Amino acid sequence: MTATEGVKMTTESLSPATSVEAVADQVRTAAGPLHIVGGGTHMMCKSSNPALSLAALTGITLYEPGAMTMVARAGTPINEINDALAGEGQRLAFEPADWRGLLGTQGESTIGGVAAANISGPRRIQVGACRDHMIGVEFVDGTGRILKNGGRVMKNVTGYDLVKLMCGSWGTLGVLTELSFKVAAIPETEVTLVREGISDDAAVARLCEAMGTPYDLSGSAHLAISGNTKTCVRIEGLAASVSYRRDALLEEVCAGFEVLEGAASSELWNSIRDVSAFAQSDGAVWRASLKPTDAPALTAKMTEAGVNFDAIYDWSGGLVWLLVHSDQSAAASLIRNTVDSLKGHATLIRSAPSLQDVPRFQPQHSILRNIEAGLRSKFDPRGILNQGFMD
Amino acid sequence: MEMPSPNPMILARKTTIVDRLRAVLPDDAVIDDETETRAYECDALTAYRCPPLAAVLPSSTEEVAAVLKVCFEEGVPVVPRGSGTSLAGGALPTADCIILGVAKMNQVLETDYENRFVRVQTGRTNLSVTGAVEEEDFFYAPDPSSQLACAIAGNIAMNSGGAHCLKYGVTTNNLLGVTMVTMEGDVVEIGGAHLDAAGLDLLGVICGSEGQLGVVTEATLRILRKPEGARPVLVGFDSNEVAGQCVSDIIKAGVLPVAIEFMDRPIIEIAEKFAQAGYPLCEALLIIEVEGSEDEIQAQLKRIIEIAETHHPVALKESSNPAESAAIWLGRKSAFGAVGQVADYMCLDGTIPVSTLPAVLKGIQDLEKKYGLRVGNVFHAGDGNMHPLIMFDANKPGDLELCEAFGADILKLCVEVGGCLTGEHGVGIEKRDLMLAQYTADDLDIQMAVKDVFDPQWLLNPAKVFPLTSSDSRRAPAIAA
Repeated sequence: MTATEGVKMTTESLSPATSVEAVADQVRTAAGPLHIVGGGTHMMCKSSNPALSLAALTGITLYEPGAMTMVARAGTPINEINDALAGEGQRLAFEPADWRGLLGTQGESTIGGVAAANISGPRRIQVGACRDHMIGVEFVDGTGRILKNGGRVMKNVTGYDLVKLMCGSWGTLGVLTELSFKVAAIPETEVTLVREGISDDAAVARLCEAMGTPYDLSGSAHLAISGNTKTCVRIEGLAASVSYRRDALLEEVCAGFEVLEGAASSELWNSIRDVSAFAQSDGAVWRASLKPTDAPALTAKMTEAGVNFDAIYDWSGGLVWLLVHSDQSAAASLIRNTVDSLKGHATLIRSAPSLQDVPRFQPQHSILRNIEAGLRSKFDPRGILNQGFMD
Repeated sequence: MEMPSPNPMILARKTTIVDRLRAVLPDDAVIDDETETRAYECDALTAYRCPPLAAVLPSSTEEVAAVLKVCFEEGVPVVPRGSGTSLAGGALPTADCIILGVAKMNQVLETDYENRFVRVQTGRTNLSVTGAVEEEDFFYAPDPSSQLACAIAGNIAMNSGGAHCLKYGVTTNNLLGVTMVTMEGDVVEIGGAHLDAAGLDLLGVICGSEGQLGVVTEATLRILRKPEGARPVLVGFDSNEVAGQCVSDIIKAGVLPVAIEFMDRPIIEIAEKFAQAGYPLCEALLIIEVEGSEDEIQAQLKRIIEIAETHHPVALKESSNPAESAAIWLGRKSAFGAVGQVADYMCLDGTIPVSTLPAVLKGIQDLEKKYGLRVGNVFHAGDGNMHPLIMFDANKPGDLELCEAFGADILKLCVEVGGCLTGEHGVGIEKRDLMLAQYTADDLDIQMAVKDVFDPQWLLNPAKVFPLTSSDSRRAPAIAA
């Protein structure tokens, strides 16, 4: 994996800006395409263009625990934000992942990078994604204008919601400079119920059944690695409530599951969040988004075709992480075609040498492709911001 | 509120346009008689009325596509309409527009409990989405007050919220996919039954775009299993400040109620007189509702009551049965109607940072003196979404204008303290001309650039959301058509 090469500072790199005005100036005076970099830890794409670094645009600018809102500059390290929130018993509920192990990157993940990639963890099934928690954005468009959308309040329908459009746009619509989030209290207790040896389709069926109970799961995942499986559900909340829901789940859906508490529980979910099982490995890593009950159909097709792979089913199967060990090209076409026929999509998160020509994102149907191209031409008329990153 | 003058060339071609619409729709789906089009002259912002050129009521996505194709070719503006419950004038016609109503499209297309979604035509009402899944104990979470009447189409257009979105989020957080028809008549699918749509988050920008980017005909909505039970507690305080502090402390403590509703003295008095819910007559009342099993409810209420007691409440009533719960909610739910009995009123919708609540309520009191009109406050306190109700007399000349000026001042105050003009009702025409109080000209330009991409001719609901002076140059080609 050579993802880090693109983020190395070249002689052409711009000096890291310390203000939004400086970022705007760098964009306005750019002679050609730029490569926007936060901490470089989620970087999937290589680029030889000069780097526009946000690493020096840091700091939490507003934090009101009683209003559950936090505003930070884009280059602020996620760890700094996590620490500040934890000091008040709060957190970013969407569980931003740490992909450094997965992508072989180094450095500090930044809040801007998390927002640009809409990185969300297992709790997405309960509380929503990064895009659901982001409530305001300041960004610099491709002409160097400093623009704002949303704000610092949780309910806001004033004009178009460009906050969501910017979240997950991988820097192709603008340079994120400041972001507002709603935050949530860290619950008193968490408990995980886990069982080994359940087959993939039985596990997904079980997870969907558990999600359909009133017990408010905050994690629902199944790991199938090297022939061993582990099926896990998580519940969080007040201690009295968690123990009630634990017992109800054990009785109604999760018979024979073991109970994990405290650190054993949180470490398991951190590893699912960070896709740790696929770190320090070779081979392409795919992230498929599907209707949960369609997930086993995708992996069954791969097995049938003789592809050697491991799978992590998060979000009850709605998100399938695939580590492909062999036959990369054949597996790539199979994955893309199968998810397309299932009306889902797949992103190539970590490429392999034989996949240089495979697009990172699932090709869109023509009308949507035209709309996306139209938006990019309005937000970045010169085509200088992370060009091609979402192709 | 000013509306653009109708294009005389469109008015002159009415017969041709109506004939072309009749050619693609069943006869009873095109309404052009001048008495019948009056049914579509306004939405719930009744102070403004204008019958449209014609109204159409298609029954399928294909018929919507056919209508839009005709309108695109004829250069006729189209105002999409759900159930017409917008408080912001989102469905207000102009004399040269076609009203495209989705009311006939109310079918449930797919129900999937395993994957927890339902796919519906967007003319279906909000409450009947829950109605379609409650036999399996599921529900659709966003619950705007108008949920009995309002359509999913309008919920998507305005990104509607409701009392329970503190826990469950608003429409955009519960919308998985849409089938949308573009102004040119192309049908696109965005998102689906999976959680993350591919590519740019177009779903995110379509939700809340007030019918300006396309006509959404089908929606895939997330459904959730109903909690085992829910119960409110009513707490009264002798000042708004203390009630506001109590809200903040509950949130900080990490208990997540599904709703925290706030009423001030004017509303308490009017609602109590009307509904006789047994409310204590004090300065501020909170209704805090929690959900779960019996044990969970008790554990959460215990924690909330402990916090409330540190603020020395003047009244505290915990519900012990469904009848008491209903009584606690009765006054709140009938508050708008109760105010309507004593005066005409305008309902505002600004959101503020929760910490600024006491200061904003004080600011509103000062403005009451300036304008000589009364205001009652009833709102979703947990997320700072205020609903000041300004009472006026519609029959008194000048009172509506005075009320609008007062409302504008309140909304500007919301923006000044770090909030926004509208939390869940939308901009429509009502807040259109205040947009520059919240956004710069450039901020609005990039939003309008999004519309340029979806609807280059600016034919879809063109006179809404953006100040007319800001959108003038973009709407001009349509007017010249």
